[in-house]
Amino acid sequence: MARPVVSRLQQLPWSGCESENASQIALMVDKQPASPDTAEMDPFSIPERTDVVMVVNGVERHVNVAPWTSLLDALRDHLDLTGTKKGCDHGQCGACTVLLNGRRINSCLTLAIMQDGAKVTTIEGVAIDGVLHPLQQAFIDHDAFQCGYCTPGQICSALGLLGEGRAKSSEEIRELMSGNICRCGAYPNIVAAIQQVIRRS
Amino acid sequence: MINFRYVRASSVNEAVRQIAGDPTAKFIAGGTNLLDLMKENVERPSQLIDISRLPLSRIEETVNGSVRIGALVPNSDLAYHPLIEQRYPILSSAILAGASQQLRNMASVGGNLMQRTRCAYFYDTAMPCNKRERNTGCSAISGHNRNHAILGASASCIATYPSDMCVALAALDARVLVTGPSGDRTMPLAGFHRLPGDTPHLDNNLARDEIITAVELPPRGFANNYSYLKVRDRLSYAFALVSVAAALDMEGGTIREARLALGGVAHKPWRDTDVEAVLIGQPANEASFAHAAEIVLRDAKACSHNAFKIELARRTVLRTLMQAAHGTPQSQSSKKIA
Repeated sequence: MARPVVSRLQQLPWSGCESENASQIALMVDKQPASPDTAEMDPFSIPERTDVVMVVNGVERHVNVAPWTSLLDALRDHLDLTGTKKGCDHGQCGACTVLLNGRRINSCLTLAIMQDGAKVTTIEGVAIDGVLHPLQQAFIDHDAFQCGYCTPGQICSALGLLGEGRAKSSEEIRELMSGNICRCGAYPNIVAAIQQVIRRS
Repeated sequence: MINFRYVRASSVNEAVRQIAGDPTAKFIAGGTNLLDLMKENVERPSQLIDISRLPLSRIEETVNGSVRIGALVPNSDLAYHPLIEQRYPILSSAILAGASQQLRNMASVGGNLMQRTRCAYFYDTAMPCNKRERNTGCSAISGHNRNHAILGASASCIATYPSDMCVALAALDARVLVTGPSGDRTMPLAGFHRLPGDTPHLDNNLARDEIITAVELPPRGFANNYSYLKVRDRLSYAFALVSVAAALDMEGGTIREARLALGGVAHKPWRDTDVEAVLIGQPANEASFAHAAEIVLRDAKACSHNAFKIELARRTVLRTLMQAAHGTPQSQSSKKIA
């Protein structure tokens, strides 16, 4: 069965939308009747929501998400954990970096529905009982940011890097932090902050 | 992103049944490429079959000395696995030359094989693209084609295949293990990806209802004389303009066996076995390698903006073979080219 033709204009607002918004848009689009004998999904149907349970920053959290909801959107829009930033939403900038089961990942490039049962650490879970993590303190000590938008991702990425134990020299830190872009150009200070933590640990 | 159904596969056979039953379904594992393409409306699957929890995440040595890598092993785990680092360091090096650690932590081995071109016109649904939609035309041929193919391209498509990992896998004679409705089969990695011809919508020879279960490496890893050199527009986290995997088996200063594969230059990892044959018995020196580089690029063709890649590829082949011969492989953290 041929799929309905969707113009680029109609497609654009769908990306990353939650279902409330998407269903409004769906009303604006002419629906083509779905054939009952096809396995194909009507792309204009309202998505079914699914319950997903994750342990986020040590606390069990329940979210009810559409299949297309990224882990990033689930954290920000469903759990109000807006410390994790949406930069490019395409895995190119690293602003959305979180730890998933202890490993750093781009939360924009995985679906919340795929992470049922996972443990997630966001920037909100890095300080314990109001005491900054040494890495957070090092970012302050070294003035490792300007606008701060990339900083939650930088810190979560650096936490992952420390856990991996693969970086010692500044060259290795730079290479293994290359997935985190800082448009203010705070790189020398970010590297210095991470080096401080590696030296002291 | 358009709406889609989400299901989780509980076994390889179930995954095969599920995909066979829905011609517009897709498997999802790490999702790092597929979700990006879905956000751009380039991929519009009706159904995602989540295979990420299937038991395909082991790296194990087989009885005949090969190493079998499960299709769901994350790229970072593969790169840092002791057996791979020690016996197949060219594979570790190539993986670490690609993407970022965040992406490598999610991206699977099977997904790396299946990743699609980064041609900007393929991504732009407002532009014609024979790979995205058959017989609509190629926008790159008359457009911006600085990053495009110089080997094996066609009048239909000049896109390049973006993987680093697969360039090393091609050089190592890897095999791809797949399962389909009629059982298991194995194909050489060098024959897995396709040249565009007049069917550029087909990236590879995997049937629509087959699933990659593993990649297998033969015992020989060329751990003494190898290098993976990637040349790109910035020092990290960028796709290759040209990359070269070179591995040598040496006896004194003489080449007993050579492996040579290029990335960033063609629709598939470009392994050149003719050049490898020419190098056998030759002294491992600059003259031999310069001659080899000339042969590799013998049929290279440039478009309007990428003629520089022919000379760049020639020099990169020469330099990588020299690094391999000297036993000084390219470091992926220090970017100094020895």
